[in-house]
Amino acid sequence: MTTSHKELELVSVTKRYGATVAVDAIHHKFQPGGYACLLGPSGCGKSSTLRMIAGHEIVSDGSILLGGSDISDLPPAKRGTAMMFQNYALFPHLSVADNVAFSLKMRGEDRQTRLAKAGEMLELVDLSALSDRLPDQLSGGQQQRVALARALITRPDVLLLDEPLSALDPFLRIRMRGELRRLQRELGISFVHVTHGQDEALALADEIVVMNNAVIEQAGSARDVFNAPRTAFVAQFIGGHNVIALPQGHFAIRTDAVGIGDPSAGGMEGSILAVEYQGAHVAVSARVAGDQEVSAMVPEAQFFTNPFNPGDPVGLIWDDANLHKLTA
Amino acid sequence: MALPIMAVLVFFLVLPIAMIVVVSFWQATEFSIIPAFDFENYQFLFGSNVTYRVFLNTFKYALITWAFTLGIGFTVAYFLAFHVRSLTWQVVLFLLCTIPFWTSNIIRMISWIPFLGRNGIANSTLISWGVIDAPLDWLLFSDFAVILAFVHLYTLFMVVPIFNTMMRIDKSLIEAARDAGATGAQILWNVIIPLTKPGMMIGTIFVVTLVMGDFITVRFMSGSQSANVGRLISNDIALLAYPSASATAVVLLLTVLIVIGILLRFVDIRKEL
Repeated sequence: MTTSHKELELVSVTKRYGATVAVDAIHHKFQPGGYACLLGPSGCGKSSTLRMIAGHEIVSDGSILLGGSDISDLPPAKRGTAMMFQNYALFPHLSVADNVAFSLKMRGEDRQTRLAKAGEMLELVDLSALSDRLPDQLSGGQQQRVALARALITRPDVLLLDEPLSALDPFLRIRMRGELRRLQRELGISFVHVTHGQDEALALADEIVVMNNAVIEQAGSARDVFNAPRTAFVAQFIGGHNVIALPQGHFAIRTDAVGIGDPSAGGMEGSILAVEYQGAHVAVSARVAGDQEVSAMVPEAQFFTNPFNPGDPVGLIWDDANLHKLTA
Repeated sequence: MALPIMAVLVFFLVLPIAMIVVVSFWQATEFSIIPAFDFENYQFLFGSNVTYRVFLNTFKYALITWAFTLGIGFTVAYFLAFHVRSLTWQVVLFLLCTIPFWTSNIIRMISWIPFLGRNGIANSTLISWGVIDAPLDWLLFSDFAVILAFVHLYTLFMVVPIFNTMMRIDKSLIEAARDAGATGAQILWNVIIPLTKPGMMIGTIFVVTLVMGDFITVRFMSGSQSANVGRLISNDIALLAYPSASATAVVLLLTVLIVIGILLRFVDIRKEL
């Protein structure tokens, strides 16, 4: 497999549907050969962005560059991108091998060559044994691997994945997640993966691009985004954070950096709203002054040395060094 | 649960057909019909050259009408399903297709007659444009007129099932094909046509059975100059030769069933039902 390090760049990319702006002049340079996740709630413009990169939506304004050349006006197959669709979009009337070899057939390669190449691709995704089956006869995970093989057979520089794991059950989702990561490392090409699941993005991505309301809220490595969310939206969406309004401004603090103690011991006073046992941790939520809700992830052993019940008064303690100032 | 529907089917479908089969073995003279079990009607039918010619003619009508209705029906359905983007317009245009069906078949058929006649609109328009010097005789009371009327009457039976199947094609399949570099024609040939086959087959069954069983269109539009099996039967009935008419009907029924049986071997329509 060839390793491609063409850089994908969005320059002021805009998508308008009539009067509504789905994507508002976003700029971003994706890491070449990296695994990027576009993360955001539904309707934030992440899918439109992906579809514009793929060429299935016309860019209203701005440019998409791949390896320095503008691909915004090229047809999907000429861009060096390949897309894996959310529901896989396998052709129901074609066998697994014919599905994978579809693009080669369109190019006019003869049957022998294209089936040989499809065989190689199926080996890569570990499906050689099922090449004569129809898509209907495969499980969800198998269908997904066929879709992957079909997208990769054109040897794209960038693979675009539109919520690839959303149709799978939770157990399979975690397994396929590992498989996607392995494939990306082996192939060394850029993956751009759209998802609304923060756990998926954190687990997979070298680079997370958080979108909201048609703009990019924050982009950076998974650790950077998680540990230093720039806005209240990012802090809340990425999870594991409290957003607290203090006299000095808005701050984010990780829920596992919040401790609980007796109100007499100091800290911010509040009353317990709910206690949820989660195994390693106990999730405690408390209401504090100003009608704000603060959650704390307390290690299990520590919680049960001095347990609290809903309604109890509590003091919430944290190290001010863990407070992280938000810009918005 | 199944009993009432079975009763209806037995009473309105099985009994009449059984009756026809029974009568087809009866004997008839010029003035009487005699219950019997006799192969005379069938012997006469299969011994006559006319039968073969008429059956051949019926197949010819069915085949040509099928080809035209399929071509037109597919095109209309394709336009509605893939080129008209908004659902509202799809519904509006689809209803527009059905408007002619608010009048009866016979009226729609007969209205071709003044249009196609020797001094009809078609001929006078063509003459006034200078395309032809003398009126065309083959426009009316000809095979052309018969097939034109068939195509006009039955194209909708092709449009509806094909449109229905096309609407069920996941649009992301088209995108996936385009992503794989397929041109418009390649998408049509490699994705849309294979996935529309069941709809085409259902339409084909409608059109073939309707055309093969028809007698009135052939009679009016050919000016009684052409015959098909339906006319053979209707002539027999007019002469009160019920046993002979029944035998022809049984043979026609079997022929149509065989044709459908062959068609169903090619395409699986179960998913559409």
